Amino acid sequence: MSDSITVADRPRAATRGPRGRFHLLDASIGASPRVLLVVAALCLLPTYFFPLWNLTMFAPQYGDGLRLHIYSHELDGGNNGQDVREINVLNHYIGMHDLQAADFTEFKWMPFVIGALGLLFLRAAVYGQLAQALDVFVMSLYFALFSLWSFGYKLYRYGHDLAPTAAVKVAPFMPPMFGHKKLANFDVYSFPAAGSYALGAAVVLVMLAFVLGWRRARGSAVEA
Amino acid sequence: MNRQRMTMFSWGIAVAAVLLLVIYSCAPKAPAGRRAAAGVSDLAFAAQKTYVAPGDLDEYYLFSSGGHSGQVYVYGVPSMRHLATIPVYTPYPATGYGFDDESKAMLGGLTWGDVHHPSLSETKGDYDGRWLFVNDMNGRIARVELRDFKTRQILGPIPNVSGNHASAFVTPNTEYAMMASRFSIPIPKGTPAPIEKYATDYKGVVAAIKIDPQNGNMSLGWEILMPPFDYDLGDAGKLASDGWMFWTSYNTERATGQLEVTSAQRDRDYIAAINWREAEKAINAGQGDMIGGVKVLDPKKVPGVVYFLPCGKSPHGVDVSPDGKYIVGSGKLQGVTTVFNIEKIQTAIRNKDFTGDEDGIPVLKYESIKDAEVPVGLGPLHTQFGPDGYAYTSLFVDSAIAKWKLGTWEVVDKVPMSYSIGHLCAAEGDTVSPDGKWLIGLNKLSHGRHLSVGPSQPESSQLVDISEEKMKLVYDAFTEPEPHYAQMIKADKLHPIEVYPKAENHHPLAVWDVKDAGVSRQGDQVIAKVVAVRSTLWPTSITVKKGDTVKVAITNIEQTTDELHGFGLLDYNINIVVDPGETKTVTFKADKSGVFPYYCTNFCSALHQEMQGYLIVNVQ
Repeated sequence: MSDSITVADRPRAATRGPRGRFHLLDASIGASPRVLLVVAALCLLPTYFFPLWNLTMFAPQYGDGLRLHIYSHELDGGNNGQDVREINVLNHYIGMHDLQAADFTEFKWMPFVIGALGLLFLRAAVYGQLAQALDVFVMSLYFALFSLWSFGYKLYRYGHDLAPTAAVKVAPFMPPMFGHKKLANFDVYSFPAAGSYALGAAVVLVMLAFVLGWRRARGSAVEA
Repeated sequence: MNRQRMTMFSWGIAVAAVLLLVIYSCAPKAPAGRRAAAGVSDLAFAAQKTYVAPGDLDEYYLFSSGGHSGQVYVYGVPSMRHLATIPVYTPYPATGYGFDDESKAMLGGLTWGDVHHPSLSETKGDYDGRWLFVNDMNGRIARVELRDFKTRQILGPIPNVSGNHASAFVTPNTEYAMMASRFSIPIPKGTPAPIEKYATDYKGVVAAIKIDPQNGNMSLGWEILMPPFDYDLGDAGKLASDGWMFWTSYNTERATGQLEVTSAQRDRDYIAAINWREAEKAINAGQGDMIGGVKVLDPKKVPGVVYFLPCGKSPHGVDVSPDGKYIVGSGKLQGVTTVFNIEKIQTAIRNKDFTGDEDGIPVLKYESIKDAEVPVGLGPLHTQFGPDGYAYTSLFVDSAIAKWKLGTWEVVDKVPMSYSIGHLCAAEGDTVSPDGKWLIGLNKLSHGRHLSVGPSQPESSQLVDISEEKMKLVYDAFTEPEPHYAQMIKADKLHPIEVYPKAENHHPLAVWDVKDAGVSRQGDQVIAKVVAVRSTLWPTSITVKKGDTVKVAITNIEQTTDELHGFGLLDYNINIVVDPGETKTVTFKADKSGVFPYYCTNFCSALHQEMQGYLIVNVQ
């Protein structure tokens, strides 16, 4: 398959859409972008099996590190989940809230939204028009950015909503989101994990599908 | 005095001084101390061999008996670092052993035991790393679980067995742990008989303790009635000699009184060879008499079960070679160790090559069953084996270890021990596949090879490198009293857990949430369910009435390694230590009114000092 516009599909690319007259958004995006949309939908699957984010905390007493794995649907810890308990035990000394699944509304809506996004990707692939490609690109970008903000806000709240009765008083702090930060005796490392990379890839693929589709549609509009 | 005379006089003095010097240097002198010189190896070699850098792990576990401390000590080899104490027969406040209800019940009111011979469980004659069985002179036997290094069962006192020294020795597939009487008595226990009737009315007993192959649970198997000798040590046959059990015995004179003289009159005593599979068959066929609540076989009535092998004077150790072919018996009052051949023993039994009997038990002809008398040195006691056909025999009187070759019977090397070695322990050196590498001499005396700590001197365990032709002493360790026998197992055979998983805790009084902690009462029975978690003991106060029976059940809800919590209750002599994920109970009568602090005794966290509460005992 080729991305160049062939004579054969030119009429279809220029058909009139629901907007009553020829519109760029009604243009077909072509085969390759549609394949990209399907691949993007497949890229969402790993988010169900791999964490989105990993936080690892090292201290002299914790040479192997305490590990927190944040999934779209759950919170898991290293050492068969025991590390979550351990982090909570340590955090209670500085008055931090327990990390518990019930406090993460994200775990309820995120898997659903990702699934819905995937279906929309497929829908866009089936219709193959620039309008759907634009929709899913905007939606997935919005979803990714919102999730990032939400995650950052969550971290901010955990580091700032400290119980006034805490045994050890610490200044409110922002836990690291990317990279390393030293918090008391802990070296904390925070990095996106496989799930986020897959999600990011999906967004990039959708963007690519849109850009390619747009370039093709513009080309065919010029021809028309 | 003129000048000439002055000169003569000076010369005279000079000559006299030289003469005196010559005489002094030639005269016999008392030798200088040779203590420091005993068995020194090349320092760099020794240091390199034994140094285990901080954070690095040892290659072997050494399970060393604690003698009359009633405990088992765990060391790492080659560093010889003391890693843990496993309390078995003695309360040990450091781990709360003997204070909580379960371990207190296991001790059965006794507060000491005498542990001599640790015996690691075996599969096909090789250590399998599942359990460790240890004897107690008070007729008991215990099982230590190697999954968590805890004493899980104490069985006994076993009926009829008196002075359980010859124990615990497991058979090649841990079918049985064997034990035998060192001090023969009239049986069943509780039967008096005058000492004059020792030779006829006193009885030795060999007992087979059955082991459940699934969980290691010990139960009373069966016993064999033996003549009133002192049964000292044993070893199970393996491979070529599978199905046999060998025991040394002294005082075959059946003497009483000053045994050091009266029991050392005969030139030969016996090794008892017991065909335990035949004994098992006889028991299964319904033979044997109930004595003291256990089936006892009388070898007179059941021929083919017990034979006596004459062995050099007052034998102490008997050890079976890795292939099971040779049985090495060491007469401790001799200069040789005797090697018997299992094939020759079996042939002699078939041919009824006997020279007499003891209470109906046939005595085999010494010349027909012996392969060699190896001139190892004075006072041979015990023998361990290497992977390459070498045997290592401890020499108490010579204070040394002799290395000799099975088959050629040639003594090839000796290394001095400081001092008076008893048992010795080679890496997996009593199994079908010894590792070689390391040999430890477990010495009775240390005679100041250490900083002085007063008259109560420590015992010494010396590490010898046996990886090369020449044995090399590389390390002196001062092991907790009193090491008798020890066993060394490759570290990768053990896989201990480090927390008790919550899912495995089925204790009826366990609580896992601080919200469920609290006190409940039924009549004068009070149950306090306590949660221990960094850094609070919940509830933080417990109120009872004087005269109540209080059961405190403490659950350590941590699932993190090394997060132990203690529960020390002042003025009530209570100290429990609860491992992560474990629930322990302690029951006591609140017989003193007042306010009694309880607190976490095992340091846990930055706020460990705050982990405290109060028991309030009200006057009714």
